[in-house]
Amino acid sequence: MLIACNVFVVLGLMFYEIIQNSLLSIQMYGAEFLLGTKWQPFPPNPNILPSFGALPLIWGTLVTSAIALILGVPLSLGISLALSEFAPKSFNYIISFFVELLAAIPSVVYGLWGIFVLIPFLQTNVYPYLQGALGFLPIFQGTIRGPSILTGGIVLAIMIIPTVSAISRDVFAAVPNSQREAIVALGATRWEKAGIVMSYGRSGVIGAIMLGLGRAMGETMAITMVIGNSFNLFGSLFEPGSTLASIIANEFTEASSPPVYVSALMEVGLILFALAIVVNALARLIIWRSTRKIKEAGMV
Amino acid sequence: MISLAYLALIAALIPLASILVETIFRGLSAMNSSFFLEEIPPLGEPGGGIGPAIQGTLIVVALASVMGVPIGVFSGIYLAEFRQARIASVARFLNDVLTNVPSIVLGIFGWTLIVVAIGWSVIAGAVALAIIMIPIITRTTEEAIKLVPMTMREAAIALGVPRWKTTLTVVLSNAKKGIATGILLSVARISGETAPLLLTILGSRFWFSGFTQPTAALSVAIFNFSQSPYRLIDWPRAWGASLILIFIILVINIIVRYATREKYGWANT
Repeated sequence: MLIACNVFVVLGLMFYEIIQNSLLSIQMYGAEFLLGTKWQPFPPNPNILPSFGALPLIWGTLVTSAIALILGVPLSLGISLALSEFAPKSFNYIISFFVELLAAIPSVVYGLWGIFVLIPFLQTNVYPYLQGALGFLPIFQGTIRGPSILTGGIVLAIMIIPTVSAISRDVFAAVPNSQREAIVALGATRWEKAGIVMSYGRSGVIGAIMLGLGRAMGETMAITMVIGNSFNLFGSLFEPGSTLASIIANEFTEASSPPVYVSALMEVGLILFALAIVVNALARLIIWRSTRKIKEAGMV
Repeated sequence: MISLAYLALIAALIPLASILVETIFRGLSAMNSSFFLEEIPPLGEPGGGIGPAIQGTLIVVALASVMGVPIGVFSGIYLAEFRQARIASVARFLNDVLTNVPSIVLGIFGWTLIVVAIGWSVIAGAVALAIIMIPIITRTTEEAIKLVPMTMREAAIALGVPRWKTTLTVVLSNAKKGIATGILLSVARISGETAPLLLTILGSRFWFSGFTQPTAALSVAIFNFSQSPYRLIDWPRAWGASLILIFIILVINIIVRYATREKYGWANT
């Protein structure tokens, strides 16, 4: 009984410790921290205070996660439909093992692969053509750099595929067969049947996507290694940037000298923690409610 | 249109294939016997190996398991045996939330709890990893125990066996395979963790020198090598370390897959 309460203790203590440690920065910068655009822990002139504005980091996190969802979600839905609706069962078993392996590969290995395999490939074979085709949009203008926000988003897209596809496959599998039989009896093709399954499991899929979003926002090592680590706000996707998680990984071990520096990084962690908890709790609630609804409907 | 779904499947498997192939080929070229046995040289210096990183990963993961496995298993037992209790459903929900807290945040937490007090250390790393482990083990233990048929419990209780003894003998011995699976998967997961270790054990070039000292780890070594400017010397080392790490994780996953077959769905969700 007491041991099962470890989760209350751990989460509570985590909140307490992180808030406690970021108090200094919260008091010094207040709302400026969230809206400021300058991150300068060591000002050139010793008479100026260091400034910490997390807006470029929040921007980097949101943009890379958005790219990850735009690229990753259609692929994941295709995979889960292929596995739950179209593929034979024996094939299913092997493929789901491979997709599972995609989740088992450590983030730092994704980063290594991103630096030395994916970036050279994208830089020569994809980005120039992308700029040629869509260069009229401001987000695709400017010099093409390998380590960039776009590369970060692409790596994240690969990393959220196992999460989103596993959960949406479970949601599709929970759709009662009577729904499929009814639409097939009306003369639907297999693809139209898949459409019905998708619309039936819609809210569960939304939950799966939000869980993917949670994973993308919190992902640290892979993105730190491919995003280029500079500050970018509303710039081109080919520019390097930073995310909430990457700045902690990059600067934390070196941030010993002014106490407010550590505290500012703690506050970045606090923002990340709060974002992750909200997104994941919402996702879990949506998934839980939708599978319950589907199961209840299936029993009637 | 259905081919689109298959196309998505293929598109997702290309990165997996590429990662595995590149790691194996580039990793193998870095391997020789001293790679496993010697200390890590400074960046840019030829020779040496990554022995301390292998040792460090083993030690940190083992210490994390010593802390995390009992807590995880017992909470899983509680949640499964008292599944009606109101507190159990709240705990289950928070457990899922804790599973998805970004690992870097757990690193920060380990830093505030332990590094502030005793400095960069093996203990701090193990605590951070144990916190990642606990919710995974809790979840899988609970699922494994729920699969034990009620009739078995009833049979034991009908024979006059007290409830705690029923749980510890009949239920646990029937669920042990599922529980072992969960433990193995969580070990695979934490052995590749990097972000929390970066903020807790810091990394080092030398052999293990005590639980309150910084230590090396494979994942941290991969990150450090990858940031090095010496492409011919340090990059192959990063791939070699990745190959060892991926090998450990693959073996665990294949064992789990083989041992459980059809029984459980996808893990890691």
